[in-house]
Amino acid sequence: MIKAILIFNNHGKPRLIRFYQYFAEDMQQQIIRETFHLVSKRDDNVCNFLEGGSLIGGSDYKLIYRHYATLYFVFCVDSSESELGILDLIQVFVETLDKCFENVCELDLIFHMDKVHYILQEVVMGGMVLETNMNEIIAQVEVQNRLEKSEVRPFLSSSKSFPLIYVFGFSQVSAIKYSLSVL
Amino acid sequence: MSPSVPLQEMIRAIRSARTQCEERGVIQRECAAIRAQFRQNDNGSRSHNLAKLLYVHMLGYPAHFGQMECVRMIASPRYSEKRVGYLGAMMLLDEKQDASLLITNSIKNDLSHSNQYIQSLALCTLACMGSAEMCRDLAPEIDRLLRSANSYIKKKAALCAVHIVRKVQDLGELFVSAARSLLSEKNHGVLHGAVVLITELCERNPETLERFRKTVPDLVQIMKGLVISGYSPDHDVAGVSDPFLQVRILRLLRVLGRNNETASDAMNDLLAQVATNTDSTKTVGNAVLYETVLTVLDIKSESGLRVLAVNILGRFLLNNDRNIRYIAMTSLQKIVVTDHNAVQRHRGTIVDCLKDQDASVKRRALELSLALVSASNIRSMMKELLVFLSSCPLELKAQAASGIFIAAERYAPSQRWHIDTILHVLTTAGGDVRDETVPNLIQLITNTSELHCYTVHKLYRALLEDISQQSLVQVACWCIGEYGDLLLRGECQETEPVQVTEDDVLDALETVLQSHMSSPATRGFALTATMKLSTRISDNVDRIRSIVSIYGSCIDLELQQRAVEYNALFKKYDHMRAAVLERMPVIQRNSSGQNSEDASEETIKEIQVTKVKQEELVLAQQPAGPVRSHDQVCDLLDLLSGPQEPLQPSLAPAQPISTTTALMLDRFYIWTQKGFILEHNLDSGLLATLTASNSSDSDISSFTLQAAVPKVRLSVFVSELEQIMRNIKDGSIGVDGLSLNLFLILKYEITGINREGASTPNSLFLSFFKSGHDVLHLRSFSLFRCRTDLIEVIT
Repeated sequence: MIKAILIFNNHGKPRLIRFYQYFAEDMQQQIIRETFHLVSKRDDNVCNFLEGGSLIGGSDYKLIYRHYATLYFVFCVDSSESELGILDLIQVFVETLDKCFENVCELDLIFHMDKVHYILQEVVMGGMVLETNMNEIIAQVEVQNRLEKSEVRPFLSSSKSFPLIYVFGFSQVSAIKYSLSVL
Repeated sequence: MSPSVPLQEMIRAIRSARTQCEERGVIQRECAAIRAQFRQNDNGSRSHNLAKLLYVHMLGYPAHFGQMECVRMIASPRYSEKRVGYLGAMMLLDEKQDASLLITNSIKNDLSHSNQYIQSLALCTLACMGSAEMCRDLAPEIDRLLRSANSYIKKKAALCAVHIVRKVQDLGELFVSAARSLLSEKNHGVLHGAVVLITELCERNPETLERFRKTVPDLVQIMKGLVISGYSPDHDVAGVSDPFLQVRILRLLRVLGRNNETASDAMNDLLAQVATNTDSTKTVGNAVLYETVLTVLDIKSESGLRVLAVNILGRFLLNNDRNIRYIAMTSLQKIVVTDHNAVQRHRGTIVDCLKDQDASVKRRALELSLALVSASNIRSMMKELLVFLSSCPLELKAQAASGIFIAAERYAPSQRWHIDTILHVLTTAGGDVRDETVPNLIQLITNTSELHCYTVHKLYRALLEDISQQSLVQVACWCIGEYGDLLLRGECQETEPVQVTEDDVLDALETVLQSHMSSPATRGFALTATMKLSTRISDNVDRIRSIVSIYGSCIDLELQQRAVEYNALFKKYDHMRAAVLERMPVIQRNSSGQNSEDASEETIKEIQVTKVKQEELVLAQQPAGPVRSHDQVCDLLDLLSGPQEPLQPSLAPAQPISTTTALMLDRFYIWTQKGFILEHNLDSGLLATLTASNSSDSDISSFTLQAAVPKVRLSVFVSELEQIMRNIKDGSIGVDGLSLNLFLILKYEITGINREGASTPNSLFLSFFKSGHDVLHLRSFSLFRCRTDLIEVIT
């Protein structure tokens, strides 16, 4: 079972957090800090497995992480999951994000946090791996987005705010975009 | 009312805040606006508000006021609002909150919704945070969904069922038949979910496991299809067809084949095929191979397959990729107990991994190395482990040190090697060892009496170099205190001689006492050691007195108490000082561990305690004996007949002839204490005489001696003795070495001080030996020194 999925950047700022086991809010933040602390110390050529810290659980739990440019993707799993399988799963997830966002970078994750959650929901459900076929995941996500879009459109003219989900162009984003190299 | 800022503008505003304080300000303003809007029920932007709230929550700010809004949004008919509402429920709610009960009804309705995406939202939320009550309520719904035609829903329902089974084990029964039928699905997602569900059901319930064993052939078929079939673009990941599903099926096969011959047989071919055909150049291939290896080693596979599996692990160990090496060591750890020899073959590689830069790999290598230590490789392994200890990362030091101790204790080839190893560990990692190491080591040292000189020299040298490692300093102080005379004597067979003067030793101990690095316990050790030296050195007793008196006013209570008592020893009880501070006897290792720990600290106040323990010890070791024989009072005159009474009737027939071949000294002292002597005389074979004499100036009064023999042993003794007598009469040779424990307690009063002493059960034996054809002789000897330090036995 996957206990938690954390994505944070090189400075420890969380970009996506998903806990599949209940933790109080301050505990969650402490776990993020501790995990960042453990993971950031690691060299780039060492293995991707870490025995977890004290907060994230007992001896059964491991941290499996991958580092892509400015982001760490950390999965906290127990012994029932295959470690190499989870490494591949992280790869699949990142590739899916790449396809959904077209050359995804950290800013995409920041500004579309909820969309990332919806994509993740198609991959991992309740701490268990749901779907690993990238095309299937993307297809489902797109159908759901269309469904949402069709609902919002009638209200588009009357609402004062922009539909937040489908900002495809990043013209509003003034910051520099860095590229994400997929290992 | 200011218009709500949409999510992205809010994010931008937060990011542009330059300080933490500014960020907090922005977020507080936003939260206030969101709260107001929640109250207002502003229809258009409800989903945006909740999304903003979730973002704020991720950053770590409180967001509990959004819980009711989540409940309202879930109940809304619009998909966009439902979506955010469910996401909010999963992030903010859990079964402990009351609001979670309110969404049960919404989930129930949504599970039967016509739109499959709404159904999937409900399933997802139930799987994430469904409480036990919710699961019980909704389980039949899930079962129904498991049989629906929609594969998207089916796969989600399968995982939801897994969550339900985890929460409420009894509901597993409900899903068994549905799970069985799902195995015939073609859709890989559904198949994957079904396999996970079946694995969970089988792991929880042994009966279900039995039922699912029949599905092994089906699973084998599916696997074969995956492995053999050609390239399938849908499921292919780097050349391997749906590796995730393969791994899941292999894991299920492992659960089904464990401890079951027939099931294991059915999978043998398949496993061999997967093991040989899978491409191991990519990570995915390795993932499948790894799972195959684990399965092979866990089920009752044939030996050829096992060898193949261990070889694959060996190949993994040599792989350049650190991940693979880590994985290999993890799995070798699992089989090191059962297939020890197979793993031993790779010992060299594993030991090399100890030197790897990666901390995770090092940890795995350490655990595996400790598991591989055996009597044959102890010396080489220990060398490697000690090198590792000196350079290992901090978090592994304690584990490494204790592992080394355990291994050294189990397989030490010689006492000296053992002591050397422990000393080495203490000098390199003394600060990280566990607390029980110190008493254990002290007990070990006292047991190897021939190495006392060597040990104390080495410890002294180590102490001179470094006084920061507390465990080392404690052991060193204790040894110097105990064996200081050996240290001062200078020569020692095992190491080069070094001239140590009394001043040097006292300097060293004083440094420890005064150093800031010493903990209070260490100071206690040092003070006691200094005191003990007062009887072992001749010149500097005054110096010791002054040191001890200084600490009489120390702030630390323990030290002060000790110092005051030692001062008293110098002043009022000077005549007792030598006796009190004598060499400690060999510490018996008890399973309770209680006695050996007390033995490591010796003060006056503990003598009473040790005497009590002594009797307990006696009681513990002679459960059948009538040791409570205090009612059996013998006075001096009865000594002669007391112990021998049971023997005499049977001895009557055999008349002793005086022997010239007696091998033992006939007379020895049982007790000497300042002029009081209790002797034991062996006259002519079968008579033992105990004589007490007082050669001191003062009178002795209230003398009591109690002797006891264990009742059970006595009856055995008597019957064996009768047998011997019969044998001697017949002419056949009788048995030698028949022995009887004798236990003595004596009390007397001299110069107004009560003295007391007792022997240990193993200290006095009356035993018979035969010399000549028909002569039985009695001899006594003692085996061990007595525990209370007041009895000295010389044979």
